Amino acid sequence: MDRKQAFEGIKVADFSWAAVGPIVARELAEHGATVIHVESHRVPGLERLAGPFKGFKPGIDRGAFGMCYNTNKLGISLDLNKPKGQEVAKRLVKWADVMTDSMSPGTMAKWGLDYESARKIKPDIIYYSATLGGQYGPYAKFQGYGAQGAALAGMYSVTGWPDRSPAYIFGAYTDYIGPYFLVCALVAALDYRRRTGKGIYLDLSQWEAAINFLGPAILDYVVNGRIATRMGNRRPDAAPHSAYQCMGTDRWVAIAVHTDEEWKAFCKVIGEPEWTRDAKFATLLVRKRSEDELDKLVGEWTINHTPEEVMFQMQAAGVPAGVVQNCQDLFEDPQLKHRGHFQWLNHKVMGPVAHNAPAYQAFKTPCRLVKAGPCLGEDNRYVYKEILGYSDDDIADLLVEGVITTEADLPGLG
Amino acid sequence: MTEQQMKESLMSGYRALDLTNEKGFLCGRILGGLGVDVIKIEKPAGDPARNIGPFYKDIPDPEKSLYWFFCNACKRGITLDIETVDGQQIFERLVKTADFVIESYAPGYMESLGLGYSALSQINPRIILTSITPFGQTGPYKDFKPSELTTWAMGGMMFMTGNPDRPPVQVSHPQAYYFGGLHGAVGSMVAHYYRELTGDGQHVDVSIQQGCVLTLMYAAEYWDLLKINLGRMSGFWFTPRPEPYGPLRAEMFFRCKDGWVMPIITGAQAGLVKSSQELTKVAVEAGVADELEGLDWTKFDTSTISQEERSRIDEAFGRFFLTKTKEELMQLAVEKAIVMGPINDVKDLWESRHLSAKGFWKKVEHPELGETIAYPGPPVEISEAPWMVTPRAPLIGEHNGDIYEKELGFPKEQLTMLKARGII
Repeated sequence: MDRKQAFEGIKVADFSWAAVGPIVARELAEHGATVIHVESHRVPGLERLAGPFKGFKPGIDRGAFGMCYNTNKLGISLDLNKPKGQEVAKRLVKWADVMTDSMSPGTMAKWGLDYESARKIKPDIIYYSATLGGQYGPYAKFQGYGAQGAALAGMYSVTGWPDRSPAYIFGAYTDYIGPYFLVCALVAALDYRRRTGKGIYLDLSQWEAAINFLGPAILDYVVNGRIATRMGNRRPDAAPHSAYQCMGTDRWVAIAVHTDEEWKAFCKVIGEPEWTRDAKFATLLVRKRSEDELDKLVGEWTINHTPEEVMFQMQAAGVPAGVVQNCQDLFEDPQLKHRGHFQWLNHKVMGPVAHNAPAYQAFKTPCRLVKAGPCLGEDNRYVYKEILGYSDDDIADLLVEGVITTEADLPGLG
Repeated sequence: MTEQQMKESLMSGYRALDLTNEKGFLCGRILGGLGVDVIKIEKPAGDPARNIGPFYKDIPDPEKSLYWFFCNACKRGITLDIETVDGQQIFERLVKTADFVIESYAPGYMESLGLGYSALSQINPRIILTSITPFGQTGPYKDFKPSELTTWAMGGMMFMTGNPDRPPVQVSHPQAYYFGGLHGAVGSMVAHYYRELTGDGQHVDVSIQQGCVLTLMYAAEYWDLLKINLGRMSGFWFTPRPEPYGPLRAEMFFRCKDGWVMPIITGAQAGLVKSSQELTKVAVEAGVADELEGLDWTKFDTSTISQEERSRIDEAFGRFFLTKTKEELMQLAVEKAIVMGPINDVKDLWESRHLSAKGFWKKVEHPELGETIAYPGPPVEISEAPWMVTPRAPLIGEHNGDIYEKELGFPKEQLTMLKARGII
């Protein structure tokens, strides 16, 4: 078989919403799987309600937020609250190899679409649920987004300045940790099923997944009773180690000097000014004792250079340094361009919109980003007719009954 | 790994040779958790990462690094110096029966040892070589001297983290390299699935920077669509708006009785009417926020509301949050379906009712320390076969006997010689 992509032929019924659930299915879609993403105009997800909107004009098909998590997917609209909608969903289950869920625990069961029900239709279905706290436990019903997930997981408690409140890590940080753990388990499940014919249920707790990114700090509390906290830009085994202001408006460079060699090279790059020969900066140990002064002195040099100048000069001398990139920088970053990280796909309403590529490249089975995240219900005709086998009359009925939702079903502002 | 564990895991029967350092430890940890027999290969004197703290009972010792314990659990361990010719030959023998090789050396290093992908695939066409580096194997930045801080900075998140009147700030517990391991595992698994269908291995090239860029929510899209650079607005939900409205700032972290809480308090545009209604009810009931009574969240419009009005609402809620503890607010959030989360620290995690009730904390045996230590549990619960968090990370050369003697059949004298020459 001349297979060009890893997941060609794999079929995914994607009932998930927001970020986490869709991101998992997206990974499969980027490598050739056919993924049908199910939404309802009556309950548009936050990812369609928040911006950024093209031209600042809100609209469920004008926002780049959720769209980017649904690269390559077919999008349909379906009201799962209607019994007829649940019947349609069951046809999707029958078609699928993989089924997804990121509803509050109990919701899919209410619709007869939980794992146990799906198993009756498709005994070897692989089914994943992705929620903040997992499917069970005292706080399983907790509702929140990745931003709350990061709060619960302890991430903000270790971010920011010792003399200030915890700092916000932009966005919904844990939304971008959990799903990738789940992808690993999902692919393992696909391989397991290939070998054994057995289906599997996977339960991601985003909160628990994110805690794994603080593992050593957790052990430090468990064993030593130490509560990890915010250290600004400091690190116990490096100095200088911070973000330093550069020429320009809000331009910064990060410099991290860990070893004696790096310190020597660093001093050379900045022209070996008098202060670098002061005994109080001679070793890492003593630099840590005068770190405030050190940071001030380093900043007095960097302020006269652009962050790019600092980065290239330091790197040429073997000192770790990197521009603290803003989003504009990311789009101009030659390395990211080389990696093809941002790829523009033509969205039906918004035109070309940047989508992210995966962080890895598997050359024999490259990812292919071919279709922009769909408008709500964009592929109704194709999916209902060609994939699910409904006749034109069936589809007309489903529309009339409001089972297939349309823009007319959108909730108003009130 | 016991026979029992091998039978019970999804990926049992596969093997990985793990040459990574901090940039890729988590990759093998994940594969190991899913059942792969991961052999961590260290230099004969032990991996330098064993010197990274924190330490067990604050005793700096290469067999007591909590960082090493966490990142290298679920792996066995051997010592081998692949810079020696004998070491390379032994490694090649191991590659014959391996399914994955994971490494995080500078681009070109494996190649320079004669152990690059083309060489490995000649030995074993099924082999998947996963290479994890800050920027990837090729490109203008591939040879940059790496560090956690600078890689994180170049990923875009740092610029948007912190206070506007201070420099951009890191996450104090470094995150960047964990993404190397995480996406390394994803890439390895994608290549694995393809390999099992076709017999073909391949080279998987991971960029840690890209892993960091994938965490930015919609910030990149804000630039792509609207040419707005989102910056540090710590403490506020920030909505850019066109003139004449100007940007809207909504309070994000509210002080509560014993710390901070992070709610999202807004209306229909974010589908949060019910949540905000419930929160308003409890705030008014507490008797400290009377002016909130009658607030119609169905009519709340973030595109037109004045900053003054928004701040007044936030101030009223602020008074309410001060009357409750983190635990009380968590319970309220769950009871009333209000979107708000306490800012937990590691102590709160340890004391969390939810995590204990779920059996999240897993006891891991450390016989060499004479005790068991509670580790965080797995990220995903799997119905057929559990995601493991045991065994504990290996001691230096702990499984040299198992691999060299029992598997490869080296006689004891040979091992003694190899050890004396610094090869194992």
